[in-house]
Order: sequence, then C-alpha cells, then structure tokens
Amino acid sequence: MTRVVITGMGWITPLGNDLETVWKRMCNSESAIATIDRFDASSFPTTFAGQVREFDWKEYVKDASVHNEPAMNSQFALGAAKQAWDQSGLGECKDLDLERAGIYLGAGEGVLDFSAHSMIDTHSWDVEDGKVNAVAWAQFAREKLDEWGEVEQEPNMSLWHVAKEYGLQGPAFNCLTACAASTQAIGEAVSVLRAGDADVMLSGGTHTMLHALGITGFNRLTALSTFDGDPKKASKPFSKDRGGFVMGEGSGMLVLETLEHALARGATPLAEIVGFGSSADAYRITDLHPEGRGPAAAIRNALTQANIDPTATIEGKPPVQYISAHGTSTQENDSIETKAIKLVFGDNAPNVPVSSIKSMMGHLIAAAGSVELITCVMSIQTGMLAPTINLDNPDPELDLDYVPNVARKAEVDCCVSNSFGFGGQNNTLVVRRYEP
Amino acid sequence: MPERQEQIVISGVGVITCFGVGIGLLWDAMIEGKTGLKRIERFDPSGFSSQVAGELPEDDFKVRKIVPKSHRKATKVMCRDTELAVGAAADAVKSAGLTTAATSDEPPTIAPDRVGCHIGAGLISAEVNELGAALVTSKKEDGTFDLAHWGAEGMQNLTPLWLLKYLPNMLACHVTIVHNCQGPSNTITCCEASSGLSIAESRRVIRRGDADACLSGGAEDRVNPLALYRQHCTGRLIDSDGSGDMSALITPFANDASGTAIGEGGGILIVEASASCTKRGGSPWCTIDGVGCRQSFTDSPLDADPGALASATNKALVEANCDASEIDVIVPLGSGIKQLDDAEREGLTIVFGDRLPTIPTITTIPYTGNCMAGNGAIALSVAAKSIKEQQIPARLGATETDGIDAGRCDSTQMRINKVLVISPSEGGQCVAIVLGRLQA
Repeated sequence: MTRVVITGMGWITPLGNDLETVWKRMCNSESAIATIDRFDASSFPTTFAGQVREFDWKEYVKDASVHNEPAMNSQFALGAAKQAWDQSGLGECKDLDLERAGIYLGAGEGVLDFSAHSMIDTHSWDVEDGKVNAVAWAQFAREKLDEWGEVEQEPNMSLWHVAKEYGLQGPAFNCLTACAASTQAIGEAVSVLRAGDADVMLSGGTHTMLHALGITGFNRLTALSTFDGDPKKASKPFSKDRGGFVMGEGSGMLVLETLEHALARGATPLAEIVGFGSSADAYRITDLHPEGRGPAAAIRNALTQANIDPTATIEGKPPVQYISAHGTSTQENDSIETKAIKLVFGDNAPNVPVSSIKSMMGHLIAAAGSVELITCVMSIQTGMLAPTINLDNPDPELDLDYVPNVARKAEVDCCVSNSFGFGGQNNTLVVRRYEP
Repeated sequence: MPERQEQIVISGVGVITCFGVGIGLLWDAMIEGKTGLKRIERFDPSGFSSQVAGELPEDDFKVRKIVPKSHRKATKVMCRDTELAVGAAADAVKSAGLTTAATSDEPPTIAPDRVGCHIGAGLISAEVNELGAALVTSKKEDGTFDLAHWGAEGMQNLTPLWLLKYLPNMLACHVTIVHNCQGPSNTITCCEASSGLSIAESRRVIRRGDADACLSGGAEDRVNPLALYRQHCTGRLIDSDGSGDMSALITPFANDASGTAIGEGGGILIVEASASCTKRGGSPWCTIDGVGCRQSFTDSPLDADPGALASATNKALVEANCDASEIDVIVPLGSGIKQLDDAEREGLTIVFGDRLPTIPTITTIPYTGNCMAGNGAIALSVAAKSIKEQQIPARLGATETDGIDAGRCDSTQMRINKVLVISPSEGGQCVAIVLGRLQA
C-alpha cells in the first residue's frame, strides 16, 4: 500500500497562531478560555469561549487583494495553510505538478451576520400573519446584507481561497460532518493519495461558530457549558462535574504526500498516517449509541488498516502510546468514548494515555480533528503528552489514564486521534513515527 | 487495505424533483419536453427579480409517509433538504431491491456495517419564519433588536433542536438511521459538484474495501427566501416573474443565456461493488467507469476553469479506459449561467475537438431548476436512465447553440454505451464521471 506522510503542519488556535507557541502553552497546561468579546454575550447562558486573538490573515497571504474579504473561517484556513505549506518546503519545489496537488478540507460555513439578519427578520415580521412578509424581507435583505458576505458563507469557500493561494488544481473536496469533519477530510485525503489520484494533498479543517447564532444554537441544544466561575475552569473533559463543551474556533492544516513524492524532493517526513477508520452510528439524531458502537467501529477500522492489534503488547507495552480523545466535556461523549476505547483496547486500555486538548482551547468544531492530529505529531516529535486540564474531580465511572492536569514525558511512536460528530459520523486516524 | 480495482455499478436510482419522487416522473416530463419551472408558490417572491423555481408542492411529498414509524417523530427536526434526501433514499433503496431497516423486518440484504452513505448538501438556509418567530420576541419598542433580551430570554423561543435541523450532515444522519447504514458516511459540501464528488467518494470507499454499497448523491432546497437571496448575491439568477414560456426560460449554451433558476431536489444512487450486486441478484443500471476531480484556478470562486474541466474529463476517460471518441452522450451542468456554460463548452472542446458539436447533450436544469448539491445526482440519474432506455430526452432552451449540440430538440432513440457527466461548481470544484452500459 502507498505510504502517506505528513510534511507540513500549521494551526491558528485560541492558544496561539504558530506550532511552537501553542505546543508550549499546552504543555504548560494553559487555558485559552475567556469571556467572549466578539459580540456582547453577557446575557447568554454561555459567556465564554476559546477565541482566536492577535491574528491578521493578511500576514499569511502573498496578495490580499486576490481574496476579496474572506470570511473568518477562510482567514483561519489561510493562516494555518501557510504554516503547513512553508514547513513542507513545497513552495521551493519548482517541478510540483499542480494537477497532482489536491485539497480536501473539513471546513465549516462562513460567519452569519446576526445583527443584520435579526434586523431583517424582525422588521419584515407580519404580526397578523404570524410570519415573515417575504416581499419586505427581500427589500431589507438587499439593504442590509453584504452580498459578498453571503457568498462567502458557502462551506467550500475556504477551499477556494486556500487552493487559489497555492495554485492547487488536483482533486478538491470539502466535507462537513460537524465535529468529525477535518479528521474525515484527512482520512479521505490519504485515500485519494493511496488511490494514485494525487501526489500531494493539503488537508485539514477550519471553523468558527463563535457568533451569536452559533452560541444560540448550541445553548438551545444544552450542549455548551454554562459554568459559573473562572472560564479557564469551564472545559473539564472526563471530570465528574463536566457540564458541556466550550466553544472554540480556528484551523489546522497539514500537507500530506506520498512517501515516494516526499523523498524524491528531499522533504522531511514529520510522521506517517497509517490508519483511517470511519463509521456511522445510525442510531439517533441526538444521542450516541449507548455502547459506543460507532466510535468503537471507527477506532477498530483505523487500527485494522494500520495493521495494529490493539490488544497486543510490544515488550509489555501497548502498541499505541497516546490517544487524542474527542473528549468534549459533555457527559455523554466522554462516557461513551471511554467505553469505546475499552471495547477496542481491552486489557490494554488503562495503559494507554488519553487526553483532551479541548480542556485548554475549547472545541474547534469542524477544525478540531486536524488540530488534534497535529497534537499527536507534536507528541511523537517532542516526547511529551498534552494534558487534560481541569481534571480535579475525576468521574469514578471513567477510569482511563487521562493525563490529568500536567503534561507528561513519554516515548510516543504511535497515536490515535478520535473525532465524533453530531449526527453520528465517527472518524479515527492512526499516526506513527516515520521510519524509513 | 489495498484498493480493489473491481467494477462499480449503479444498482438503484432514487430521484426527487419538482415533478415528484421517482426517476419515472422526471423522465416522462423530459421525454415530453415539459418543464417544471413556474412562479414560486411557497412564498411571495415579488421582492426578488428571479421569481421562478423548480418547486415540489409540499402536498405532493410528505416525508412522514415514507419513514418507519420509529422515525416519524424525528421528521419534526428535518429541514426540507433532509426531507428531500430521505425521500430520494427511500426511492433508491426500492429501485435497487434492497432490504433495509426501513423496508422490512427481514435481515438486511447487505450487512449494515458494509453500507456507506455519502450525501452532498448545501449551506442549509434557516427557515426565516421559524427564526423570525423567535427573533421578533426580542424586538424593542423602537424597532431595534435587543441582543441582551435574546440571550436572556428570546432564544428560548427557538426549538431546542433548532441547530440540528440545519447542519449539512443531517441529510446523511437521517438516511443512515432510517436505513441502518453503519459504514463510512460523509457529507460533501461543494455546491453543484457535491453529488458527483459524493459518488466519487463512494466508489473510492468501496474500492478500498470499507463498504460493499453506498447510498450516494445529494439534495438541496433553494426555494426559501434566504437561499434565493444567497443565489441572487452570486448574480447567476435569471430575471423572471414566471409569466411567459417557462420551457424557454433557461437557455444553456445560448449566446444570450442570461442566468439560471433555483430548484429543490436531488437524488440518491446505490453505488455498489459489481460482485455484491451480482451476489444478491441485483440488476445494475450501468457501470461507473471513470471519475476525475479537479479544482479551478480562476480569479473568482463563481467562475469555472475550462482547463480544469478538461483535465477532470481526461482523468475520467483514462480511468474508464475509454477514448473520447467513444463517448456517445454528454450531460453537462448546462446551467444557463453564461460564464459556466462557456467554460464547459471550452473545456469539452479541449477534449472532444471538432467532434463536440456532433455529440448530443442532455440538460436537466431547464426542467428542474438548479438544485445545487442535488443537481449532480439528478444528472447522473438521468444519464443512467438514458443508458437503460437507449434514448435521450427532449431538450429545452434555445433553438440554437454554438459549438455544442445543446439546442432545443425532441427525444431520440440512439445507441448509448458511454455517457460523460460533468459539473463545475460555485467554489471551483469540477467533477467528471463516465458511466457505461453493462456488457451483455
């Protein structure tokens, strides 16, 4: 089977906007969760989030005029992609066949202008009819909405911006499977490479739902934490008193290449993606299967593809040394993910460290999986495991090693990264230290 | 897993358009040359310059009637796009002769974990009446919107599961639950290319050994004020109040083509490993012989790149082990959007040269409107049907088109062994798929 390696990585996150800073802050157990200041959320049930700060997308592109006011998710994507592209060295690759360089993103929609939309909907509301007067609605829309801003909301617009920046003309896909999107995008990008349809794929995710309607939607679902205290303590995956996830935003991008292509141009593989598993819960629209059927299938399928027996040991140790959990800090996810890990790893489960970086930066929704995969690669490279912070009150039902509160030194050669989406799509990647 | 280079077939076709559920209704209309475009009835479109659509009357399709009893409650949190996908999926499963959790208590034809689901979806636009009803509770006396009230109280007027109605992956979510598909599932969001790219992904998933069959395609509803407005913002819509000859409204590839119309609909195809289909005694409609995907390199995301379309087509032909001279029929997007039409014609000319004007095309948008993420599945379904019937339907639009055989004409019986289906998209993705007639 064609080997696929990672040759570049980049991220824009609430913890910072470059690999080193973010990794250092994670290993220092820092939280980026703070009061939302992008809009006045003070009356909302949730007033805090992990917000990207001190970021100017124009510093990450060759010519900003080419991009015509990209939406914020696309801005993040451009920032993360530049880091990944630069690290890969593809910019210096003069004979790169751009039709063999594709892109597969798990990108979310652009940011809705809630201020304008709320004005339009309320001003066109016909009290007597109990519905919007569509003629008035159209008139207000023309007056108040930014036309290009509406076009930029299509989820595939981030793809266009990134492809345009680097001239990528190969296979191009955007998927949006909620919180599983970027893991799925990376897994399928690997599949495109293995099928021989490309030599290089830029892949990852980008998303922000950190706007009034996004917070509204998740508040109504009662999925968001409404923690009443220091926001830095709000995201507490695997704690007994976990009370929902904390919204984050950002982007993670990776350059994936066939090993043959990477070596031919003298690139340095950062790690190898050896397994991808995907499944659907097919259970309920709001709930995970109680036995973790779907997540377990995704993890198992990924390990099977990687030719790894999760229940075996190598010199007395599990074949996987770290699991980057989906770990949202909701009661349901953390419980069922733990069950799924136990189902797959059997007696090895307690000996495999599991952590959730969402405890520090919140949930990046469609971008979460790509950022978490980068975390796995950083673990392999640095021999450190990022912690699950705020784990001061462990749930006695959840009895795995969640790397509580402080980062840990570890010999890491192989990692699993999980992403499970609202709607039941489950995806897992297996990444391993590159060995020639 | 090593990729299997086995033959992949379409073993079932499910379609939902303004004509109703089923390829038969669409096909009959296309044979007769009857467009489904008309003035929008779902809301008063007078405030828009483009007031026509391919609209499926809500009374003609009730999703509650086609889902199992256990899923009826969940229909309350389906947006229209999801309803369309669920409708098309039911039709496809029936067409393929599959037993699933939705059709019978009997064991499924294919093990649930071997059935994938890839459904293209759009940027689902919130129902303005539903959102407006909640927002208006936070309107201040001076007419401005009170965000503080909204956060504290107003949002409580939105149904708790409101957000779940509008996530694009809810189309696949509901379909996988209804039919108990537990294999890989994805939601491609690439505008008009979504369905074709979903088919491409299903084929890749089957070939890598992760599934035996997939429910694959796309669906989208653009017949609501917000979705219509968003298309208006692209400058791609045709001005019309719905009067006049609707069969001549959309004129793909005409020199004076002046835009497209919105639609609602889509399709789900059963994409299946040939061996699986044979083993269960299925009856394939056609083979999927080749797929090519490319990204346009243009100055605007609204434009398509002829070179990318040509490259995608050439890739699909190579995969199909097929020379351009073997293509009998082409199904382009044919949207009536001049820039896209011109790019398609130029791209096809690169591949087919002087032969292009002699290859008949089939264009669906003059019948159904542009169903965006659902459009490709409709095009592929019609292409599969044309292979099965050895017939191309009538074409609507302009009487003459330059450089491509896309003008108005009656239906024709003809020998059809290979059909090329291509689509550019808003956002620049291009997909080309070669379908083939089953060899006796």
